[in-house]
Amino acid sequence: MSTTTTETTDNTGLSTDHSRAVADGAHTHGQGTVPEKSRGDRATSFALADFPLPTGREEDWRFSPVGRFQGLFGGVLTGVAPQVEITGDPAVTIERVGHDDPRLGAAGAPGDRLAATAWESFAEALVITVPSNHVMTGETLVTITGTDTPPAAQHILIVAESLSEGVVVLDHRGSAELAQTVEIQVEDGASLRVVSVQDWDAGAVHASSHRAVIGRDATLRHVVITLGGDVVRITPEAAFTAPGGEVEMNGLYFADAGQHQEHRLFVDHAVPNCRSRVTYKGALQGDGAHSVWIGDVLIRKEAEGTDTYELNRNLVLTDGARADSVPNLEIETGEIEGAGHASATGRFDDEQLFYLRSRGIPEAAARRLVVRGFFAEMISKIGVQSVQDRLLAAIDAELDIVMGQLIGTDDLDEADVIAAVESGVVK
Amino acid sequence: MSTLEIRDLHVSVETPEGAKQILRGVDLSVSSGQTHAIMGPNGSGKSTLAYSIAGHPKYEVTSGEVLLDGEDVLAMTVDERARAGLFLAMQYPVEVAGVTVSNFLRTAKTAIDGKAPALRQWVGDVRTAMENLRMDPVFAERNVNEGFSGGEKKRHEILQMELLSPKFAVLDETDSGLDVDALRVVSEGVNRVKSTTDVGVLLITHYTRILNYITPDFVHVFVDGRVAEQGGPELAERLEAEGYDRYLVGSN
Repeated sequence: MSTTTTETTDNTGLSTDHSRAVADGAHTHGQGTVPEKSRGDRATSFALADFPLPTGREEDWRFSPVGRFQGLFGGVLTGVAPQVEITGDPAVTIERVGHDDPRLGAAGAPGDRLAATAWESFAEALVITVPSNHVMTGETLVTITGTDTPPAAQHILIVAESLSEGVVVLDHRGSAELAQTVEIQVEDGASLRVVSVQDWDAGAVHASSHRAVIGRDATLRHVVITLGGDVVRITPEAAFTAPGGEVEMNGLYFADAGQHQEHRLFVDHAVPNCRSRVTYKGALQGDGAHSVWIGDVLIRKEAEGTDTYELNRNLVLTDGARADSVPNLEIETGEIEGAGHASATGRFDDEQLFYLRSRGIPEAAARRLVVRGFFAEMISKIGVQSVQDRLLAAIDAELDIVMGQLIGTDDLDEADVIAAVESGVVK
Repeated sequence: MSTLEIRDLHVSVETPEGAKQILRGVDLSVSSGQTHAIMGPNGSGKSTLAYSIAGHPKYEVTSGEVLLDGEDVLAMTVDERARAGLFLAMQYPVEVAGVTVSNFLRTAKTAIDGKAPALRQWVGDVRTAMENLRMDPVFAERNVNEGFSGGEKKRHEILQMELLSPKFAVLDETDSGLDVDALRVVSEGVNRVKSTTDVGVLLITHYTRILNYITPDFVHVFVDGRVAEQGGPELAERLEAEGYDRYLVGSN
């Protein structure tokens, strides 16, 4: 991996210079093919040329099916970006701007080949702004529909101006090969919720770099829900620019046979007294279902008073599925409030199933109860009712794929039992 | 009036060293309204009998029959057995994350009855049953068995027995791990179900102390996978005085 750090824009107000990461002098930087010692040392750049084609052996590609991204690896993408339709609060401004708009790129430089591809390729960016002091009514819903065009790029910038409160939902449907950037700026004192739903049709290939900066006393609640598509790789990054910031990053995924769902997170604590919570939960079923979760948290020397916790849980429902989970916590100062991480991957528990069935609950409903229970706390964290409802329906549909043959063959009307399951888990 | 008949039941369990025979020909007949205590030393097969009746996949029935009013229980799935009227209060109930007691109970009741219970009646029944078992109402909103103490788990099992009204209930060492107060509360719960329904009870226990609260009609002593002796409540008193030693000597 190149260690070149290139600054191609001077309007960011942010530095991509990571020299501060060496302040403790306790580690050396990667040179040539030696991997970087700290997550903060990983090179970022706006120039695609700075990122060689991944082979699959690199640290940030080693879990990815590199071959299935070929359509996005070719260089600058020229396809037509997926259609975008926006509804919601009229006070939220929606703009379509050119590549040279000075607001773009302010949330930091791309951190991998596909993020750089997305940056170099997009023609027009969508800018969604919640005006200063405005408290949104309902959510702004951005429906992004792929129409199976040649590989394309897309750039979205969401700005919550100071002291505003808002919710933006990005809803991905249809089929596309898409390299995407979602920039998120939460200005001082603002509170923003961003929900990105990947509900693609089969065949979709989606790489998305979410780069968020969080200002003084600002809060970002970031939710990723990945259900559909063939290959989805999302790399949410959050950086605090001033003390008092808070970020909550929640994710929920359900991988079926043959699906690859990858979520690589990076929370960069570079200023004091910020708080981060990362919680991702996934279920997997079917041959070749593969999920990857990487949770990197860096607490830099300056970030005293940091409070962070990250967690990943996977529930493997059938044989043939694989979940990779790697939490990484780097701490360069001892003056913190708290830092922890946890990861666990478990199989569907036959004893749970026996317990529920011994109370008369048929197998299909029992599995539903367990999986809904597994996701219950995450679902309530989504914070957008329509997305929660849709997700519950999607989970049930996923389970029906496996349990379909059992539905309706029992000696009772299962609809009532399933209705009881559905009415109870999330209120 | 129902009957649960166990005939010449042989059960083995899979172990790393291969299949191990646990039950070696158990005969037992329980009628509605009766309480049968199954007693015996550790490893005699008491819990295996309980799990075999409920249909746990770990236990393989190699021969024999279990009949509920003449119906072949062994041919039924686990949930079919429960819907046919069998209930197992487990010694080690399992946690179910993210599923509240209230949702679990309602789902189970709906499954057992084949239709959703009338809401108002149901809410009242749950509240009363919980009060009787000295369970705090907030208990209903906790996740099933998650962080429950030993006593709370057992109360929760008996709560289910009360609400699901089985024809036959197998109580697997429900007394284990309970202090005197909890034992009394749980026993009162069982007695309440006995007095208000026609449930037949198979009370599996190592110790006689629960029999001070729940009076059995019959006592069966299990040794080495068989019923070694049976009798009335006086047999329990004799075990209290003498222990299981004479059976163990005899079986060697």
